[in-house]
Amino acid sequence: MALGAALTAIFTLAAMISVVWVPYDTSVLTIANRTLPPSLAHPLGTDHFGRDLLSMLMAGARTSIAVALVAVGIGIGAGVPLGLAAAARHGGWLDEIIMRGNDLIFAFPSLVIAILITAVFGPSAFNAILAIGIFNIPVFARVARGGALPLWTLDYIKAARVAGKGRGLISVQHILPNIASLLIVQATIQFSLGILAEAALSYIGLGAQPPTPSWGRMLADAQTLIYSEPQLAILPGLAIVGMVLGLNLLGDGLRDALDPRLRRVRG
Amino acid sequence: MIELADLSLSIHGMPILRNVDLTVASGEITGLVGESGSGKSMTALAMIGLLPSGATTTGAITLDGRDLTHLRERDWLGIRGTDIGMIFQEPMTALNPVQTIGAQVSETLRLRGTPRPEALRIARDRLDRVGLASIPLDRYPHELSGGQRQRVCIALAIAHRPRLLIADEPTTALDVTTQADILDLLRGLVRDGSDDGMALLLITHDLGVVAGLADHVAVMRHGEIVERGRTETLFRTHAHAYTRDLLSASRPLPRAARTIAPSPVLQATDITRSYGGFRAVADVNLTLNRGECLGLVGESGCGKSTLARALLGLEPVQGGRIDLLGKPGGTAMTRADRAKISVVFQDPYGSFNPRWTVRKLVQEPFHLTGCPRDAEARATDALNQVGLTVGDLDKYPHEFSGGQRQRIAIARALITEPEVLVLDEAVSALDVRVRAQVLALLENLQERLGLAYLFITHDLTVVRAIADRILIMRAGRIVEQGKTAQVFDAPQHDYTRTLIAAAPVIPADWLAA
Repeated sequence: MALGAALTAIFTLAAMISVVWVPYDTSVLTIANRTLPPSLAHPLGTDHFGRDLLSMLMAGARTSIAVALVAVGIGIGAGVPLGLAAAARHGGWLDEIIMRGNDLIFAFPSLVIAILITAVFGPSAFNAILAIGIFNIPVFARVARGGALPLWTLDYIKAARVAGKGRGLISVQHILPNIASLLIVQATIQFSLGILAEAALSYIGLGAQPPTPSWGRMLADAQTLIYSEPQLAILPGLAIVGMVLGLNLLGDGLRDALDPRLRRVRG
Repeated sequence: MIELADLSLSIHGMPILRNVDLTVASGEITGLVGESGSGKSMTALAMIGLLPSGATTTGAITLDGRDLTHLRERDWLGIRGTDIGMIFQEPMTALNPVQTIGAQVSETLRLRGTPRPEALRIARDRLDRVGLASIPLDRYPHELSGGQRQRVCIALAIAHRPRLLIADEPTTALDVTTQADILDLLRGLVRDGSDDGMALLLITHDLGVVAGLADHVAVMRHGEIVERGRTETLFRTHAHAYTRDLLSASRPLPRAARTIAPSPVLQATDITRSYGGFRAVADVNLTLNRGECLGLVGESGCGKSTLARALLGLEPVQGGRIDLLGKPGGTAMTRADRAKISVVFQDPYGSFNPRWTVRKLVQEPFHLTGCPRDAEARATDALNQVGLTVGDLDKYPHEFSGGQRQRIAIARALITEPEVLVLDEAVSALDVRVRAQVLALLENLQERLGLAYLFITHDLTVVRAIADRILIMRAGRIVEQGKTAQVFDAPQHDYTRTLIAAAPVIPADWLAA
């Protein structure tokens, strides 16, 4: 978990710094400086357009994180209320509609639909966010419903109903805080999946558009130079792997830390 | 047989057992009695080599002269199930739901190399032995009742004719009539001699169960055995103060007869609650008077909790009417009406949102009335009523013991100053000494505040200690009602008689002295 948190922190920090400062402007092409090896001026070297690779990676982290974060936000914002509503009306028609709607979305391969969306509405970071976000909704709805159902049978929920509270209020006051740990863990997992999805979309040219830097497109651009300049592909690849690995480790660690049962086992 | 000599156990440095000496002799039943957390289950787990990780032991465990203390896991495999069998409290989870009972019983035999037809024959024989002769081997656990499942667990445990059978609270999850049958079965297994002098270690919190069954008893507290002896001798002398406490708490005195003026606060007339075609509550009538405690007794599934939910307005009824303080009750209650009836549930652990402080928890019912200006003072007052202090307001539920949590639940129920309190198995999960304290508190509150209680329980001992009148419920109907003493002394209905006869009791003359 410490490693996961550290990796995640490094990339997040890089992304945040890149908002205010990057070593070199990534939209300026200096062909004279193309494919320079690492040096003091360019710690990771430059790419085939002479852009500083470190700056590209930092700005790329910003794109990836922003896309994944907003996509997770869409998933939580729409999915959790739906899941809570389904659990509150367990077995009713609302539950049935929400869960069957979920199944419907699950029935489509997410990346293909994302490609479809960007193909129809044009490739952009915004459309990538939308496409990834929609597929996060059923995931969070399921997790929220699954976490909420066993809670609904507990006595404190009954006590709250005896105290005259409605299902909505109980969901917010009693259920939501008690499934928060589940949701946090799921969020880290969806976050890493979002980063992968964004990289994949950008790789095939359907994500963030030039000049916005993106790890996925850096990979795509480096493809033709893979034999002569392998570091151009390796570095963004490592960034993606590092970020995803970091988030997954963080998610696992959070799950252990937040689950009282696992906490007890570890003593 | 099996002998624990000076056994001490600690888990991650925390002492659990201290210098436990215990001998279980073959052909005898030894009772190990204690409250929750006394270390009785850990003692059993030590005997069968299933201690949790991080456990360190000193002292010796010997089985027929063989030292078990330093056995490796591989060696334990040859002992568990063959020399020592064990049954657990919860028959609902102790069996694999996707395997037939025949497969499960014969599996333990086949693991030791018995060929399949022979294993199935023995499985049949063992199931006959535990009284399941009419149940085919190809039944699945969900097709059996709780008592039948516990019998299957016993058949599993005795499949290899072990020399020692450990039964850890084997009847705690069962109804009282089923409990009596299972205890008879266990007694028969040891006494009738056909199992070559099998020994039984019976772990329980219930002194009544031990009194009726065990030859020897050891009383455990805080990981130590405080008293031991032949059952009758121990009950007659009860030399140790703790044993005395346990004994007096486990048989609370019947409540003194009171005259209750007929002034109904809660009335149910011919109410029926059905799920599909199943009538969980059928044509029930009840009247609860101001200041009265009405006991509602029944076994699991008889509809008593469904009735409670209907009275609390959590579920609609399909027939009949409910009146609370002269106004329509049940789901027809207004918010102000609802404030007049509150509830305490059974489970002291599931009754509170773990993320709320006591301050917030006890004030939750103010949702009905709007938060009054003196909410804080009333929360403090409610806590004082139940014997807690203002300092407890900022604590979280996990900082309290089970008994204290039930006090918090009572405080929460009292905060809107209700007239009627529904106590749904409110003391069933508590240890006997804590139970006695909570019962005394309830009696005291009733006398001071003039509350009316609907006291729902499966436990006849408890209901006798608190109720003025009782209703006996079975399969959704009230089969008998009357003053408590009258129902106990001269039960009219067969079912009532069965219930009273099945309840384990300590013989009166053992305690006379």
